[in-house]
Amino acid sequence: MTSHEQFAEDLALYALGSLSADEERLALERHLETCSSCRRELEQLRGDMGLLSLSTVGPRPPERARRRLMAAIASEPREAVPQRRPLWWLAPWAVATTLAIVASVLWREDASLRRQMGSLQATFYEQQQELTRAREVVATLVAPESQQVTLVAAKTPPQPHGKAFYRRATGSLIFLASNLPPLPSEKIYELWLIPTSGSPVAAGLFRPDTHGGAAVVNPPLSPGLEAKTFAVTLEPATGSHEAPRGQPVIVGAGE
Amino acid sequence: MSFANVKENSSDARLILSVRSGDQQAMGALFDRYSSLVYSVALRVLGDTGAAEDVLQEVFMQLWRKPAVFDSARGSLAAWLAVIARNRAIDAIRKRKPETDIEDVIVSVEPDFAGEAERNRAAEHIRRKLSEMPEPQRSALEMAFFEGLTHSEIATKTGTPLGTIKTRIRTALISLRMAVVK
Repeated sequence: MTSHEQFAEDLALYALGSLSADEERLALERHLETCSSCRRELEQLRGDMGLLSLSTVGPRPPERARRRLMAAIASEPREAVPQRRPLWWLAPWAVATTLAIVASVLWREDASLRRQMGSLQATFYEQQQELTRAREVVATLVAPESQQVTLVAAKTPPQPHGKAFYRRATGSLIFLASNLPPLPSEKIYELWLIPTSGSPVAAGLFRPDTHGGAAVVNPPLSPGLEAKTFAVTLEPATGSHEAPRGQPVIVGAGE
Repeated sequence: MSFANVKENSSDARLILSVRSGDQQAMGALFDRYSSLVYSVALRVLGDTGAAEDVLQEVFMQLWRKPAVFDSARGSLAAWLAVIARNRAIDAIRKRKPETDIEDVIVSVEPDFAGEAERNRAAEHIRRKLSEMPEPQRSALEMAFFEGLTHSEIATKTGTPLGTIKTRIRTALISLRMAVVK
């Protein structure tokens, strides 16, 4: 699980200014400094707040409010954008001086950067190899063109079947399903992680393909959850999220 | 987006541009367009017309002083003003200094609700969505948004686990987005 997924639940509270604990807020703010995905989600959540605001109805403000504003802005004229004095005569000197400083700094840093670059290239190469191997594994599991074959006892009609690969430490989950019945209208399948203690945790909505196959890859789950069971339920089209409403279609306990 | 909305939206952007150069009439036009929205949000939060007028004045003065902080390329001026008004009203309830500088408040919402008809339609969708929402979810969202309660305060008030409150609020907010998009 990536770090921004761990903060997903807190983002809405942060947008509303409703995150209680200072330490949670500070941790989230530190995370926001480096996570563009969470910053985008925060902007969207503020947009959702804007939508909620649009639902309010009330009287128009009294006419005196407009007079008050117009009087205030008249007494506080905006400063014109300052025009800079042209300093063209300084340009050649400024350019020459800047170039001399930059050249000196670059010369000093060059040797150090070369050393760092050699080490970084070696690390980068190793990580790239690792990433390529990981991508191949995932692609084989989830690519639409991958042939999925479920072996069952001979002369048995195909039954809905799912396989969950779950790493508790990281909260990573890959779920593959086959032979799922087609969805009724306005329904969707929802995957649930049922922990050893506590309420079921929603682990993603999905629709099967025409052959009943489906995959859920790394839904946002908190790391450390001990899974007792995984289940797939049939839910209303928006999903249930807080607790399953539909009956389980397939269920499986950890091995 | 219809042609009329494109025109109205660019008009927002043009007015902001005029405000940046110190045009007081442009500021008056923006007030005429959005003061009802800002005032109704502030009044809903504060429940006091005098205090709501103060927030209304403050929000538009902020826009006058720093019009450049609103980036018309990133979202709707209506939504941005409404969020700033709500935040200022909550600050007023809690008798605290503004927690967030308006420069840090980026509001991303689609569509842009530049036209009044479009805003009214969206408001209708949102009100319907709120009325269809499970009561505990709607009340958790409204307590956070209109009363400015923290999630711990909501959990204590309703006797509900903290995690459930977090989930309810997030789900409720996101479902509003879906109500407008669909």
